[in-house]
Amino acid sequence: MRYEPVIGLEIHVQLKTATKMFCGNSAEFGAEPNTHVCPVCLGLPGALPVVNRRAIELGVRAALGLHCTVHETSVFARKNYFYPDLPKGYQITQYDRPLATDGWLDVPVDGEADGEPARVRIRRIHLEEDAGKSLHDRFPGETAVDLNRAGVPLIEIVTEPDLATPAHARAFLTRLKQVLEYLEVSDCDMEKGSLRVDANVSVRPAGSDRLGTKTEVKNMNSFANVERALNFEIERQSKVLAAGGVIESQTLLWDAARGEARPMRSKEESHDYRYFPEPDLPPLVIGRAEIEAIGEALPELPDAKERRFREQYGLPAYDAGVLTATREVADYFEAVAAAAGDPKAASNWIMTEVLAWLNQQQCAITDFPVPPEHIAQLIGLVADGTVSSSLGRQVFARMVETGKPPATIVEEEGLAQVRDTGQLEVWVDEVIAAHPAEAERFRGGEQKLIGFFMGQVMRKSGGKADPRQATEILRRKLGG
Amino acid sequence: MRPVREIARDVAAGRVSALDVVRSSLDAIEREDRGPDGLNAFLAFDRTRAEASAAEIDRGRGKEGGAKPLLGVPVAVKDNLCTLDLPTTCGSRMLEGFRSPYEATAIRKLREAGAIIVGKTNLDEFAMGSSTENSAFGPTRNPHDRGRVPGGSSGGSAAAVAAGMVPAALGSETGGSIRQPAAFCGVVGIKPTYGRVSRYGLVAFASSLDQIGTFGRTVEDAALLLEAISGHDPFDSTSADRPAPDLTSGIDAGVAALVVGVPKEYFPDELDPRIAALCRESIERLRAAGAEIREISLPHTRYAIPAYYLLAPAEASSNLARFDGVHYGLRAPDARSTGDVYDESRSIGFGPEVKRRIMLGTYALAAGHYDQYYGRAQRVRGLIARDFRRVFDDGVHVIFTPTTPSVACRFGEWVDDPYQMYLADIFTVTANLAAIPGISLPIGTVEGLPAGGQFLADRWDEATMVRAAAALERALKE
Repeated sequence: MRYEPVIGLEIHVQLKTATKMFCGNSAEFGAEPNTHVCPVCLGLPGALPVVNRRAIELGVRAALGLHCTVHETSVFARKNYFYPDLPKGYQITQYDRPLATDGWLDVPVDGEADGEPARVRIRRIHLEEDAGKSLHDRFPGETAVDLNRAGVPLIEIVTEPDLATPAHARAFLTRLKQVLEYLEVSDCDMEKGSLRVDANVSVRPAGSDRLGTKTEVKNMNSFANVERALNFEIERQSKVLAAGGVIESQTLLWDAARGEARPMRSKEESHDYRYFPEPDLPPLVIGRAEIEAIGEALPELPDAKERRFREQYGLPAYDAGVLTATREVADYFEAVAAAAGDPKAASNWIMTEVLAWLNQQQCAITDFPVPPEHIAQLIGLVADGTVSSSLGRQVFARMVETGKPPATIVEEEGLAQVRDTGQLEVWVDEVIAAHPAEAERFRGGEQKLIGFFMGQVMRKSGGKADPRQATEILRRKLGG
Repeated sequence: MRPVREIARDVAAGRVSALDVVRSSLDAIEREDRGPDGLNAFLAFDRTRAEASAAEIDRGRGKEGGAKPLLGVPVAVKDNLCTLDLPTTCGSRMLEGFRSPYEATAIRKLREAGAIIVGKTNLDEFAMGSSTENSAFGPTRNPHDRGRVPGGSSGGSAAAVAAGMVPAALGSETGGSIRQPAAFCGVVGIKPTYGRVSRYGLVAFASSLDQIGTFGRTVEDAALLLEAISGHDPFDSTSADRPAPDLTSGIDAGVAALVVGVPKEYFPDELDPRIAALCRESIERLRAAGAEIREISLPHTRYAIPAYYLLAPAEASSNLARFDGVHYGLRAPDARSTGDVYDESRSIGFGPEVKRRIMLGTYALAAGHYDQYYGRAQRVRGLIARDFRRVFDDGVHVIFTPTTPSVACRFGEWVDDPYQMYLADIFTVTANLAAIPGISLPIGTVEGLPAGGQFLADRWDEATMVRAAAALERALKE
């Protein structure tokens, strides 16, 4: 029997706020342990939470960007459990009345940008605080607790089980991250833990409409590992079922080094979180007008931008996809296209040169040393024949190194094309004189040798000979 | 002890030094509170610091414009309020010696009003109890009969005021923990409207019910203290965005135009008939003073205790989770694994009543129980609030009832019978559930032991409540 998977995801996203969810401490990552703490996030006796309005705003932005219904009234709740990095003994989260519900995100299927996207429904988005971190490697034999992260604001995004394959789950996550980055609600940096993914997965006989028992897989540190872990778990479940076994509801931890997921705790030991409404916080009320204002201020999102790039600039779907991967690349492209008046050339330069360089340097476009106007100027210099397109790449390399505008580089380094016919004739004469045998064969009808002669002229000119004029002169002089 | 207003006025005018005032308070504490037969109202006091604060007031006198309302007034505070210069133990082994790195908003406001914090008072552990016998540091004695309890949980504060060790004190209430000991000790206790006083720095028992309140020898003293600690606090999201009320300028206005409701449900069979008789006498005094007395009904009163004993323990089970031996407070010395740290620290650190309530609350919130217990109790809470709403909407200004069904019991009477202890709250717990203010004042004695009468008022109407209580206070003196 063939089994098909059903996958749903829970994604924790750290909101990009200056301060924590319920107190005024810095939410910055990477500080010395236990330096960003106060009575509230330490859970000291008598301390009380106060909601960070900026976190609410970012949560609403994310929810609206994912087409959710944002509720004017939502309720914070306590999720009770004991853990050393949870200083209050409960996490303030939202339970039966979350911030937002019923959204969706369209995801390109199997990376085919031209294909019909698949719609993944978002069940809910709620606000909560992060826990601290247990550090097991700091003191031998002991566990240390760092509470800098305790109280940092998060949203949890829960999808419906709409993901049909691990690859689809990965594509969804890639798209989700892109949208959240566009919305500027989070760094989405999995290495820093600002985006964390848990996957729920079950399998069922292909074609069945009943859901199997699901397991939860945690601890994936990249989207690639989400895909790997899901493939592993689907195969495991399928084997168990095929052998007549039963799937046990459990939580598994992905071990990327070994490429396997191992059980964390069985359902029997799992917690009863004893949720109840947080009595220290009144219900969270966000006015309809405020929600609408946040909605109106949303940026253009990737799918809309992609569509517009195809239509407005006549770009192929693939190019539009690459150029809208991040908002910054898209902005850069548009700045170049506008300044150069040539979107096709702008797209070509960015896709082949700029992105290649960024990829090689492993940096973001915001760190790219060349302003868009300079790229536009370079496009102009190539277009009007001041530099050849091959020398243009050389100019580009120097622009990146020096930060100087292309015209300056062309002038300083003498990289302009030589169109002076006197000089061109001298080079052509020398080349013909140096290769009499080839000249004879050309005259004898071996027309393809023109390429050889051009190569020689270009070499002699250091690449600066205007190719069109040089060809003309060559043909004239060889043809006799 | 002289009235608060006079102390502040005389200190401001230089007729008496703050140092003398605070010394007489500290002397009284050393005389009355210490030793085997001492009252044990205080868990901590610090003569050096208190005298230094007083000396500073004396040096700064006259330099500041505008008299501070509590200038030089010695105040005792319940030991579940966080203070910087004295430990905050909540009467628990769990927090023995614990020092808070920050101060409760109410304490800060007291200091800003010129008060001198002389010490921290005894309480039932984490404010759970009605006799102060649940303190890990020994019970407080009732100044009227040292073989009896002072009530609780704010028993230390009530006894300190009753014994004249301080003119006024802070306590906290979740189900009657100010009004009940005030009644037992023959002093005045006010529980304000929920949200009137910031809870920031009050160690939480049941967050949706907890409220800081005041004790005084007179209605005015308790009211003056309440004025000083009231008002919005951005650090407490449940504190109301309302200015501190004026409770004292109209305090002598009397009850001539007031409708006083007397709910029949507050005179049940369990009520000591001698207290009932004192209440009837008070009612006649009020009538004689011009009040219109109206019999009313608050039909859901009998569900208040069961609802309270689900809601309060449920919240407590969560609020007390932070005392886990990991971050601060007691940690079991030999525990190795994390689980052992939790189990053993909490086993050693908490007393039996706290454990009982944590277990009750954990059970009530457990999966599958929520609707049946917590959810249903919340609905009852709504019905009780609606009872009061209807009465106040019908034109009743204040409600008068007995504060407790009996006078102070002997030590040990409640220890093995928690249900009897829980019944001590039957007349007070409704105000906490409905978030309305209440005040208890002495209305006479039963065989030498004080009995309390209680006024309840609509939310935010402490002023009318205080005015009615002051009128009865005067009438009973005549």
